[in-house]
Amino acid sequence: MVLLHIIVNGRGYDLQVGADPHQVDPAHTLAYTLRETLGLTGTKIGCNHGGCGACTVLMDGVPVLSCLTLTVECDGREIVTIEGLSPPEGNDLDPLQRAFMDHGAFQCGFCTPGIILTAKHLLDRNPSPDAETVEEALSGNHCRCISHYQVVQAVLAAAGTEADRDED
Amino acid sequence: MRTDSRFIGRPSHRQDARAIVTGRAEFIDDLKLRGMLYARVLRSPFAHARVVAVDTEKAEAVPGVKAVLTHKNVPDWKAGTPFHIRVLDSKVRFVGDGVALAAAESERAAEEALEAVHVEYEPLEAVFDVDEALAGDAPQLYEAFPGNVVPGGFPLYGPDCLTGIRLGDVEQGFREADAVGEGTYKYETVANPLPLEPPGVIAHWEGPDRLTIWAATQSASWHRFVMLPSLGFPDIRAIATQCGGSFGSKNYSLMPCFYAAALARAAGRPVKMCFSKEEQFGAYTLRPGSRFKGRIGIRKDGTVTAVSGSWLFDTGACSDIPQAQVAVGCGELQLMLRCANWDLTGTIVLTNRPPSGVVRGFGGQELESALLPALFEALEKAAIDPVDFFRKNYVKPGDAYLWRNGKPYVDRGVDYSEALERGAETFGWHRKWKGWLVPTRVDGQTRIGVGVSVHGNADVGEDVSEAHVRLTPDGRAVVHACVSESGSGQRSSLCRMAPEGRQLPLDRVGVSPPDTLVNPFEFGLVGSRGTWAVGGAVISAAEKARAALLARAAPLLGAGEEELDTTDGRVYVRGRSDRGLSWSRVMGIVRTCSGSARYEEDFTVPNFLALFVEVEVDTGTGKAAVREVLAATDVGRIIDPQALEGQLRGCFGAAGLDTALFEETVLDRTTGRILNGNMIDYKWRTFRDLPGFRNVILETPMPTHRFGAVGVGEISTSPGPSAVLMAVSNALGVRMTGYPLTPQRILEAL
Repeated sequence: MVLLHIIVNGRGYDLQVGADPHQVDPAHTLAYTLRETLGLTGTKIGCNHGGCGACTVLMDGVPVLSCLTLTVECDGREIVTIEGLSPPEGNDLDPLQRAFMDHGAFQCGFCTPGIILTAKHLLDRNPSPDAETVEEALSGNHCRCISHYQVVQAVLAAAGTEADRDED
Repeated sequence: MRTDSRFIGRPSHRQDARAIVTGRAEFIDDLKLRGMLYARVLRSPFAHARVVAVDTEKAEAVPGVKAVLTHKNVPDWKAGTPFHIRVLDSKVRFVGDGVALAAAESERAAEEALEAVHVEYEPLEAVFDVDEALAGDAPQLYEAFPGNVVPGGFPLYGPDCLTGIRLGDVEQGFREADAVGEGTYKYETVANPLPLEPPGVIAHWEGPDRLTIWAATQSASWHRFVMLPSLGFPDIRAIATQCGGSFGSKNYSLMPCFYAAALARAAGRPVKMCFSKEEQFGAYTLRPGSRFKGRIGIRKDGTVTAVSGSWLFDTGACSDIPQAQVAVGCGELQLMLRCANWDLTGTIVLTNRPPSGVVRGFGGQELESALLPALFEALEKAAIDPVDFFRKNYVKPGDAYLWRNGKPYVDRGVDYSEALERGAETFGWHRKWKGWLVPTRVDGQTRIGVGVSVHGNADVGEDVSEAHVRLTPDGRAVVHACVSESGSGQRSSLCRMAPEGRQLPLDRVGVSPPDTLVNPFEFGLVGSRGTWAVGGAVISAAEKARAALLARAAPLLGAGEEELDTTDGRVYVRGRSDRGLSWSRVMGIVRTCSGSARYEEDFTVPNFLALFVEVEVDTGTGKAAVREVLAATDVGRIIDPQALEGQLRGCFGAAGLDTALFEETVLDRTTGRILNGNMIDYKWRTFRDLPGFRNVILETPMPTHRFGAVGVGEISTSPGPSAVLMAVSNALGVRMTGYPLTPQRILEAL
C-alpha cells in the first residue's frame, strides 16, 4: 500500500494510492483531491487545463495550478488553500481577505480564491509592491467580470501601500 | 450625499463578501447530494450528420454506470422557440451536438461508458454562413424550418412582437437625405460570454411528477417557468446556487437541465451535469452572429431621414429565444436613432455551428455593432461630430418608440444629453476629436484615434416581480424575493433598498434563498431590471410591512399612524423619540408584520450609456490596443457604488468591447470545428492589459421608485465594438468595417 503524506492547511493527511473511491488515483489532480476527497471546495476549477488560475493554491508557499498538479506528486508537500487563510472558528481574516471585502474586489467571486492566494505569495516576498508589480504577479489569474481594478487596489491596501485607503 | 438613507450610495460589504473571500460560497460544482451521480455527454465530431446506428450495450456494462441514453430512449421533451430542440436527436447539427448521455458513480466511469458507445454517422453537407444558409440549394437543418429560417415573433411578447421596424416612407426619407451610408457589415465574431465558472445543474426527481433543479444561474425562476412546458408540466422547484458569472449565458441552462433531468429520471437518483470548459466553449451559448445589409440616410444637421435594410441574425444550430433578441434589438436601435422612416427586417437564420443564446447586450449589441458602420459612413460624408449626432438623436423625454411588443411608448425619463456632454468633457473629446478618419495624434508608427458610441435599453422596467417583506419582533427584516447572485450584488442591493433607508442597520436585513418554492414569482435578473423592477417590488412590500407595523403601534402609543416613524427596531412619535416602543413590544413575539407587492412592466424609462475610447495602433505590427475608456451614464441614484463601478468596467468582457479587437470564436468553416476552444488559445485580457478607465455617473432622479434609480449594468458592453471600430478608423485614416480588428486586418487596410 503506497501512502502519500500531505499537509493541507496545517493538518496532515495520509492518503492511500489506489482506485477505490476513498483513495487517490494516480490520475487525480491536486484540485480533484482537495475538492472531492478532502471536501475543500474553496479551490475552484475554471478550465481544468491551466489557463485561468482559478485553482491556484500554495505549495510550500509557492502558487501552483492545482488542476495541472498530480496529487501523487505532492508527497511531503505543504499545501495552503483559501480555507487555510482564515480558520472557520473565530473571526480572523487575512489582511488580503479583509481588503477584498472592503474594496468590493470581486463580482461573481469565482476567481477570488485563486487571486487571493497568488497575491498572498506576492506580499510574502514583497511586502510593498507597486501597482505594476501586483498586475504582473496576477497576470496568470483570469477574471471575466473585470474586477481587476478593484483587485489591484485591494492588494495594495492589504500591503499598506495604497495612498488613499477607502474604509467603510 | 443625500441624507434620506444611511445605506443607499455608500460602500459597504456585500452580504456574501465573507463567504466569497474565505472560499465558503457554495457554487454548483461544490454541491454533493446523497446518492448523486455524475453525467457526461458523447458529442458529435460532425457539423451535420444523421445518427444511423448507436449501440450502448458495452457502455451499460461499465462498472458504476447507472444510465445510458440515446435519441432512442430519451424522454420526448422539446424546447426552443418554437419547440424543436430535443434532449437528443437522430440528427446532429453542429460539432459537439449531443449523441449519447451517461450517468455513473464517477465522472470517470461515465466517460468510460461513453467511450464504449458505438455510433455510426451518415455525414451531411453543412452550412456556416447565413447567406449560404438562405440559398435555395442549402442543406436544411430542420424539416420544420424550410430555408433555414426560424419564424419571427416571440410568443411572450404578444402578437405584435417586433420582427423589424416598418414606419413612414423610406423612399421619401432617402430623397431628403444629404448623405447616405450603405453596405453589408458583419458582426460575426460569435464570441463566448465565457463566465469563469462553466454552466452546471443538478436534477433530482423527488417523485414521478416533482423535479428539483439546482443551477448556476442569474435567474432561478427560468429553470421553472421556461422548463415547465418543455417537460410536460411537472412540479419544478428551482434553486440557484452562487453563480460564477453568467452574462446572460446562464440565465437558464437548457441542455444541462435536459441531460441531467433525463438521466436522473432514468437512474432514479440525483444527477450532476457540470459542463467542462471545452463544452462551454463549443456546445453551450455563443453570442449570435449579426449581418446588416442596408442604407441609412441623414441630413447635414444630423437628422436621420431613413433606415432600410435586412438584418440577418445567425442563431447557430438551434433557436433558443432569438425572436426576443431581435425584438429588443429593434427597440434599442430606435432609442439611439430618432427616425421617422424605417424599413428594417430581421431574419433568424440557422447554421451548423454551436448554438447562440442569451448573451449580455441581448440583440441590441448585435444589431448596432453591424449597423453603425453604415451610419458612420453617412456621418463621415456629412462631416458630423458623433457626439453631436448622439446628443441630437438619443431618445428624450416625450419621444415615442416601439418597444419589443410592437406597442408605442413615450419616454418619461430624463434627458441624457448632460451625461453625454459631461463624459465628452471629462474624456477630452472636443480636444481629441479631429474629424472623421483623422488621427488624434501620430507618433512615429503609432497612431492614436478616438471613438464613441452609445446604447440604451427600455427593458430596465420589463416583466414581473413579486416580493414579500417580513418585519420580525427582534428588530430584523427578511426580504423574500427569488433573486440569485451571479456577480451584480443585487441581493445585497435589495437589502439596502428594503429597509427604507433609516429603518434598520444592514446587518439586520436578510434575503431569502433563491428558491422558487419559498418565494413569490420573480422574472429574473435580466435587462438590468434588478434596480427598478425587482427593487420596486421590494420597496413597495417594505412600505406595506412598515404600514402594518405602524398601524399596530398607533393605538399603543396613542398617536395617529401618520405621526409615527420607525428606526433601528423602534417605533416612535415623530419629533418625540422618547415616546416610543421596541418592535417586540409592538408585535409581541408570536407575530410578524409583513407586506407583499407586485411590480408590473413599464417600458417608459430607458437607461443610457456612452463609451468613449482612445486607441493606439502600431502601423508596423498592425496591433491595435485600447489606451483609455470612459463610461458616461446617468443612473438616477447610485445604490451600490462599488457594484456599479465594477459593472461599468465589465464592458471589456462577456463578449463585449474586446470583440472589436481580438476576441472571437474561430470556426473552421470546412469542418465546423472551433479552433480556439480553450483558455490558452481564446485570448483575453490579463491584469497587465488594463487601459485607463474612468466613469462619469450622474444622479438625476428618475420616475421609477422612491430612490429614483435605474439599472445600467448589462449595457456597458454594447457600445464598445462600434466605438472601437470608429477609433481605429480614425487612427488609421481608413474606414474599417469588420470585426475583430486583428493585426492582419489592419495591415491589409494599410
